[in-house]
Amino acid sequence: MHLLLAAGFTFTGLIQQVVSGAGAGAVYATLALALVLIYRAMDVANFAQGEMAMFSTYIAYALVGGDFGLLGTKLGFNGLHLGLPQAFWIAFAIAVVASFGLGILIERVLIRPFEGAPLLTLVIVTLGLFSIVNGLAGFNWGYVFKTFCCPFPQSAVNAGGVSFNYTDLGIIAVTVVILVAMAVFFRYTKLGLAMRAASLYPESSRLVGVRTSWMLALGWGLSAAVGAVSGILVAPVVFLDPNMMQSVLLFAFAAAVLGGIESPVGAVVGALLIGILLALVGTYIPGGENLRTPFALLIIVVVLLLRPAGLLGRPETRRV
Amino acid sequence: MAPPDSASRNGHALLELRDVHASYGPIRALHGISLAVPAGSVVALLGANGAGKTTTLRAVSGMVKTQGSVQFEGHEITNGRPEDVARLGIAHVPSGRGTMTQLTVWENLQMGAYVRRDRGAIRRDFDRVTGYFPWMRERRHQVAVTLSGGEQQMLAIGRALMMRPRLLLLDEPSLGLAPLIVRQIFEIIATINREEQLSTLVVEQNANLALKIAARAYVLEVGRIVLEGSASELSRHESVRKSYLGI
Amino acid sequence: MRRDYLNWAIGAVGLALLLVIPNVTDQFQTFMFAQVAAYAVAVVGLNILTGYSGQISLGNGAFMAIGSYTTALLTARAGWPYLVTIPVGGLLAGLVGLLVGIPALRLRGIYLALATFALALSVTPVLNNYDKLTGGHLGVGFKAVTPPFDIPLSNEQWLYFLGWIIFFLVFVPAWLLLRGRTGRAWMAIRDSETAAAANGVGLAYYKTLAFGISAFYAGVAGSLLVIDFAYVNPDSYSLNLSLQLLVAMVIGGLANIWGPLFGALLVVWLPYMAEKAVNSKPDLAFGALLIVVVFLAPNGIAGLLRRGLLVLRGRRREAGQITGALEATPAEADQIAT
Repeated sequence: MHLLLAAGFTFTGLIQQVVSGAGAGAVYATLALALVLIYRAMDVANFAQGEMAMFSTYIAYALVGGDFGLLGTKLGFNGLHLGLPQAFWIAFAIAVVASFGLGILIERVLIRPFEGAPLLTLVIVTLGLFSIVNGLAGFNWGYVFKTFCCPFPQSAVNAGGVSFNYTDLGIIAVTVVILVAMAVFFRYTKLGLAMRAASLYPESSRLVGVRTSWMLALGWGLSAAVGAVSGILVAPVVFLDPNMMQSVLLFAFAAAVLGGIESPVGAVVGALLIGILLALVGTYIPGGENLRTPFALLIIVVVLLLRPAGLLGRPETRRV
Repeated sequence: MAPPDSASRNGHALLELRDVHASYGPIRALHGISLAVPAGSVVALLGANGAGKTTTLRAVSGMVKTQGSVQFEGHEITNGRPEDVARLGIAHVPSGRGTMTQLTVWENLQMGAYVRRDRGAIRRDFDRVTGYFPWMRERRHQVAVTLSGGEQQMLAIGRALMMRPRLLLLDEPSLGLAPLIVRQIFEIIATINREEQLSTLVVEQNANLALKIAARAYVLEVGRIVLEGSASELSRHESVRKSYLGI
Repeated sequence: MRRDYLNWAIGAVGLALLLVIPNVTDQFQTFMFAQVAAYAVAVVGLNILTGYSGQISLGNGAFMAIGSYTTALLTARAGWPYLVTIPVGGLLAGLVGLLVGIPALRLRGIYLALATFALALSVTPVLNNYDKLTGGHLGVGFKAVTPPFDIPLSNEQWLYFLGWIIFFLVFVPAWLLLRGRTGRAWMAIRDSETAAAANGVGLAYYKTLAFGISAFYAGVAGSLLVIDFAYVNPDSYSLNLSLQLLVAMVIGGLANIWGPLFGALLVVWLPYMAEKAVNSKPDLAFGALLIVVVFLAPNGIAGLLRRGLLVLRGRRREAGQITGALEATPAEADQIAT
């Protein structure tokens, strides 16, 4: 307790941290959801998920500011940019759609040849993809930090001594919209139902005519699109650079593990918890900023040892 | 009931297998089997565990590497992809039922109608299927994992019917079920065949029941067909009575 | 008997090459080849853990960091002779590896990959955080090492020979271990834990042992690398390092005893060449190579060479039958095709 007091503990300060932690958690939630989508479909964690989101963010950044990097210089389309007031949101939409397409493309070209390969192979392939995407972004845009600002007003509302800044609120709002859209898609549409069935019961699904291989590609597309949202939302907070998503990916992994890696709802709950916990660790433990990553490691290990199915996951029965 | 004329074997068979071989990696499971399912009739495939019954169905659906010829309505479908074979009108209820356990009853049935577009017709088929299985109507929002084994088997058959198939492949519908339930299920299979003239190839260890609803039957032993004939012939056959009917 | 001659000939050429390199290359190149030795040791370690025993580790960079900081701190702060710090760094890393290996027993497949990925990402921030001990961002430096006893070698040549002598000192036991009972046990576990256990292989013992030994090699490699540079800082132990080890293992040849040599050559030289050729980091090339190798040559460079040698000896049949840990067996492939 004296540690907390030393760090200047106040109740409103705590609430403040919880709110901004939830904002960060919302970002982890979208990326964790992207991870869960692919995990459910092919039992592998996509280590390139964060890098794909990072690349999507560069696409949005390029559309808003006109900086197409080396490619732009070479092809001379640096003049092209959306100089509109709603530029951010238009770029957001285009980047998400483009990511969907890229996700499908990646699955068809890089993942499909390895369908059914041993786990180690799939892990290596996604790590290869990690390197490729990271290298591409670095090659094209360089490794200097870029500012990509600001979809939401840079101010805050005050309520009961706690100030809620619009960035956190905005991120939470966008995340909620995405989550609801995903829930509706998977629950109430025929395609969503087929995607769920294809990932859980590939054999039965094929026997009723579902092209499961295409469902997997769609899953990658959807996952890339959802991941893109997390990247674009977090970029204004952490600055844009090719390595920006590495720790976000780790926190999303921790969230997915905590919530239950096969459970979309679990991923979201886990992400909010992780976001809040990390905000508290960062604030109230001396040197906590550096300890966030090892803290995530600790969560992953402890959860896997004590409750491998996570908070909301079902204990494994499906695989042998 | 009266089996239709079994002589249609050489006429227009709906499904015809000729000299089909199949193997799982180095392990060969079928050594050249030939059989036919005439349009509108029930054909039973009998045999002990490991005789190749399931593999035969898997060969039809393209779920095992196959040599030889599998023809459906005169089209070559050997080694077709399972989803393509399904889209041609073959509904395969796999052994162990393939229940989509985390989905609801209604979602399972919907998956059966996955490739169909006409919502009205799908609705009507839902009514048709729940005509055979009335319990599904009020329990359509129940998650399938909570159903009993027999109910899951019925749901799997219901899902297959939602495909509006021209051929139904049933892999051991009696597996793990109580005798009373098994009899009930076989009665429903017979009813469906009678009312819709749905051609059915049913794999069974329980020869007694299978021969009651089938017009023709084949007996498999270690990947080869050792006996074939009309159901009534086979149920009188000495070795069948001994080995499979337990008489 | 022809076969033996060929093996001896290849061995002799390899050894001659190792002796010739430091005499025909410039200082910088010699220094690079000295680093190859250190990376090769680390990749031998990763290969034992992931290639042979089948436990996916994306975090061996963490064990390297332990070796590196042990050497740096003992040399710079406690005045130990650097040579003594190499086994100490290795053993300390090995001990930590054993301790990590115990909880790792309960993490299967992808979960172990996740946890070790988190471990890889944690090294730099932890080193930065405990800056009283580690010197934080500034790192730890010490006096560059020079040849002992006035041996007439340049500093780089000394580092080169030191590196390769240590390499062979730790390579030979690894080779013997992998050829023997322990290696067979590891591979049995990798191919099927159930079958291995049924055949009386003690899973816990062998899996933890693999972690410990792997970490020992990583620690030795970390020590060597720090001795090469006479300096260490936290940024060298980012995720990138662990990824490089993986790249080296896969491209060199997974579960191939000679693979680490080729892999280490690649990860030391490719970044330099990428910098020179296109003024860029090597990630793009590493990633692309990784996927191409997994797809076209799952047994890596060493596998390709082995295949080539078998063809040379007129044993084409055998050459076609090499399968590796990255490929599904024909039976599995059939199941998957369904």
